[in-house]
Amino acid sequence: MAPRRIGMGLKMGLEEKIPSGFVLTTVEKLAGYMRKNSLWPATFGLACCAIEMMAVGSAAKYDIARFGGEVFRASPRQADLMIVAGRVSNKMAPVLRQIYDQMTAPKWVIAMGACASSGGMFNNYAIVQGVDHIVPVDIYLPGCPPRPEMLLDAILKLHEQINNEKIGVNRAQIIKEVELAAMNAKPTHEMKGLLA
Amino acid sequence: MTTFDPYAPSRDTTEGKVFSVTGGDWDSLVQEIGATKEERVVVNMGPQHPSTHGVLRLVLELEGETITEVRCGIGYLHTGIEKNIEFRNWTQGTTFVTRMDYLAPLHNETAYCLAVEKLLGITNDVPERATVIRVMMMELNRISSHMVALGTGALELGAMGPMFFAFRDRETVLEIFEMITGLRMNMAYVRPGGVSQDLPAGAYTKIREGVKLMRKNFKDNATLLIGNSIWMKRTQGIGYLDLAGCTTLGITGPVLRATGMPWDLRKVQPYCGYENYNFDVVTADTCDVYGRFLIRMNELEQSLRIVEQCVDKLEKLEGAPVMVADKKIAWPAQLALGGDGLGNSLDHIREIMGTSMESLIHHFKLVTEGFRVPAGQAYVAIESPRGELGASVVSDGGTRPYRVHFREPSFNNLQSVPAMSEGGMVADIVGAVASIDPVMGGVDR
Amino acid sequence: MTDGMFGTKGSGDTSGYGGLVPQVTMAGSSQRPFGSYFDDVTDDLERAYPEFSDAIERVVVDRGELTLHVKRERLVEVAFTLRDTLKFEMCMGVSGVHYPDQTGRELHAVYPLLSMSRNQRIRLEVSVPDGDAHIPSVVEVWGGNNWHERETFDMFGIVFDGHPGLTRILMPDDWNGHPQRKDYALGGISVEYKGATMPPPSDRRSYT
Repeated sequence: MAPRRIGMGLKMGLEEKIPSGFVLTTVEKLAGYMRKNSLWPATFGLACCAIEMMAVGSAAKYDIARFGGEVFRASPRQADLMIVAGRVSNKMAPVLRQIYDQMTAPKWVIAMGACASSGGMFNNYAIVQGVDHIVPVDIYLPGCPPRPEMLLDAILKLHEQINNEKIGVNRAQIIKEVELAAMNAKPTHEMKGLLA
Repeated sequence: MTTFDPYAPSRDTTEGKVFSVTGGDWDSLVQEIGATKEERVVVNMGPQHPSTHGVLRLVLELEGETITEVRCGIGYLHTGIEKNIEFRNWTQGTTFVTRMDYLAPLHNETAYCLAVEKLLGITNDVPERATVIRVMMMELNRISSHMVALGTGALELGAMGPMFFAFRDRETVLEIFEMITGLRMNMAYVRPGGVSQDLPAGAYTKIREGVKLMRKNFKDNATLLIGNSIWMKRTQGIGYLDLAGCTTLGITGPVLRATGMPWDLRKVQPYCGYENYNFDVVTADTCDVYGRFLIRMNELEQSLRIVEQCVDKLEKLEGAPVMVADKKIAWPAQLALGGDGLGNSLDHIREIMGTSMESLIHHFKLVTEGFRVPAGQAYVAIESPRGELGASVVSDGGTRPYRVHFREPSFNNLQSVPAMSEGGMVADIVGAVASIDPVMGGVDR
Repeated sequence: MTDGMFGTKGSGDTSGYGGLVPQVTMAGSSQRPFGSYFDDVTDDLERAYPEFSDAIERVVVDRGELTLHVKRERLVEVAFTLRDTLKFEMCMGVSGVHYPDQTGRELHAVYPLLSMSRNQRIRLEVSVPDGDAHIPSVVEVWGGNNWHERETFDMFGIVFDGHPGLTRILMPDDWNGHPQRKDYALGGISVEYKGATMPPPSDRRSYT
C-alpha cells in the first residue's frame, strides 16, 4: 500500500516512514532541537546595532519569527538569548552583568557589532573593550552595524551550536577540556609566523 | 492634624503608624493615612527597559498611579566621541560624529562638515551637486528617523501594527542609502568639502520609485492611528509643554512646533540651499503628544516633496563634481565599485603609483596627515528630526580637531520629561518620552 | 639609536622638526564696524547694560559669528539683560574648551545664544583659570542649561556656583577626573593581533 501511495503523489505521514513505528533519538538531540527553535531574545539594544536588531525583529524582509525568536522579552527571567547590540559604556557595564545574572540557564550571548565584540572604533576611557570582559560570549558578530542578514546568520550559527550542545556529564567534560585548552593556549600577540 | 478618632486610634511604633480599626468612619481613616507620606513608591525604570528608547533611566516617585517626581538618569551610552575626535583627522571626525545620533547619521555628518567648511572658509565653494545630494540624503534620513519614532512610539503605547509598517518603509529608505553610500546606517558619506561619492547609475529611478512606494505606504500608518479613538485617548492632553516651557528649556524640533511656533531652521536660517525648495513647516497647536505625532506624520510628506525636487535638480546637474575643487582639501580618490568587488579608483591608483611621484606624496599626506584648518571656532546649527543640532567646532590650526562639541536636541528635550510628566500617570510618561523621541546616542555622546 | 640631525628621539615625530610647537593664535579682538546685525546687538547691549566695557573683555567677530568674552562675575547680569531686553530667549547650552597653554585662562565656557524673535545668533565666552574654575550658573536665566552645566562640570571640572544640583551626568557618579580635559589620557588599550599589538590612537605616531 505504502509504495503505491508514493506513486500517486500523496503526502506520507511520519508514521509510515518509520520502520517499526518508533522514533529513536538522544536526550541531547531532543533538548538541542527544542532549545534552538524557540530562542527568546532579551531586549538589550543599546545603540545603533539595536536599530538593526529591531529591523530583524520587525521588518518583514528579515523576519526573525520564522526562526522562532520574535518574542523579544523585556524581562531577563523569560529570555534565553542576550543579544548585546551596541557599545557598552563603563556606566552600563554593571547593569549588563546584572541582566545576564538574572537570566535563567540555559542562556547564550551574542555580541552584536564591533563595539560589543571588541570595543569597536571607540578605544577609550568610556567603553568596555568587548563585552567578553563582562559576560561569556558565544557568538561574536562583526559589523558596524552588521546587516540584519548577518544577525540572522549569527543566530542560525548559534542554533547549530545549541543543537549540538552536550548536556549533563558530557557537558561537564567538554567544559573541562575547553578550559584546559584555554589555559595552555598561546596568547594571540605571541603567535608568530602568521603575519608574513 | 490628627484628631482623636475613637474608632480608629493610631499609635506610632518602630515600623510607623499602626491603626487599630474597630468601626466608624472610613473617610477619617483614609485622611489620617493620607497625611503621612508613606505611600510614596520609588520605581526605577532602569536603563534596560523596553520603552525607554535606549538606555535612559527614569527614577519615578509614585503616589498610587500618579507621578510626583521623575528624574532622568543618562550617561549609560557615553562613548567619549568628542574626545576621540581630538586624536583623529578632520575627515575621520565624520565617521565618529555619524554614530552620535544614530537614527539620523547624515544630519550629524552634515552639521560637522558645515562647521568645518565654515572654518575653512569654503562654504561657497562646495559644489552645488554636493549640496543638493546632502539635502536629499538628509530628507531621506528624516523620513527613516521619523519612521522609527512613530513605530517605536506606537509600540510602546500598545499598538503593534504601526511598528511593522514603519520598519517596512524604513527598509525602502535604507535600500536607497545602501545603493548610494554603500551602507545602511552610519555611512560617513558627507565629508568636509562635499560628499565622498557621486550617485551610481540607476539611483534616480530607484529614488523615484521609492518615493512613490512610500507615498502609498504612509497611508497605512495614517489610517491606523489618526482618528483612532484609543490612540487619541492615549495621546491627547498628554505630555503638555507650552511655548514658555520650550523656550526656557531650549527645546526645538517637533516639540516646539507642537506649541504652534513655526520655528524650523530650514526656513528661518536656511543652510545647504534650503531656501530654494518648496515645502511647508508643519505645526500643531495642541502642545501634546498627539500634536507631535501629527507633526511627524506630516513632515514625512514634506520630506518626500523635497526629495522629489532634489532628484529633478540632480538630473539637471549630471556630471558636476561632488567635491570641492581645492585639491588640498578634497578627498583624493573618487571610489567606484571595481570589477573585483572592491571599491578602488583604478585611474587614480595608476596615476599615483605609475605616473607622478608628486601625486603620490600629495595623496599620502592628505590621507594620513589630513588638511589643516585655520584656527578659530564656528557654530553651525541644522534642523535634525529631533530639533536643532548644533556643531561647535574649535580648531587650533592643525590637522586634528581641537574640540568638537555637539549640541544635541535630545539632550535638551529630555530635560522636559519632568515638566511633562509630573502630576500625570505612569502610563503617560511612556507616551511623553516617546513623543520627545530621544536618541540616547546623541544625549550621551 | 643614532641621533638624527634635527634632534628627534624615538620614532614619534616624522616631520623632522623634533619638538616644534606651532603657535596657536585664535582670532583677536575685532574693531567696529562688525558687520550685519552684530553692531546693533553690541549697541543695544551697551545701552541696556551700561557697564558694558567693564564686563565685556573682548568682542570677536570671526567667520560670520559674534563672540562676546564676558567676565565671570558679570555673566549672570549680562545674561539677564540679553534675555530680557535683547530677546535672546534660548541658550543652546554650555560647551567647555580647555586651552592648557593659555595660562590664567585655561578653561573656557561657551554659550551659543539664539533669539527666535529677531532670528539672531551670538556667542558668550567666559574664561577661567585652572586653579579657580568657578563660573556663576545661568540656570535661572535659561533653565535648559541645567544638564549642560552638569556635563561641563563632569567633563572639564568647571564648578558652576548656584547650580541646583551639580553632579556628574555622563560618567559614573564615582568617577575620578574630568575626561575631556587635555591632560586626561584617552584611555585606550593596545589592540591585540596575531603576532603583534597596535597601540591606541593617542600613542600612535603623529604625522603632524
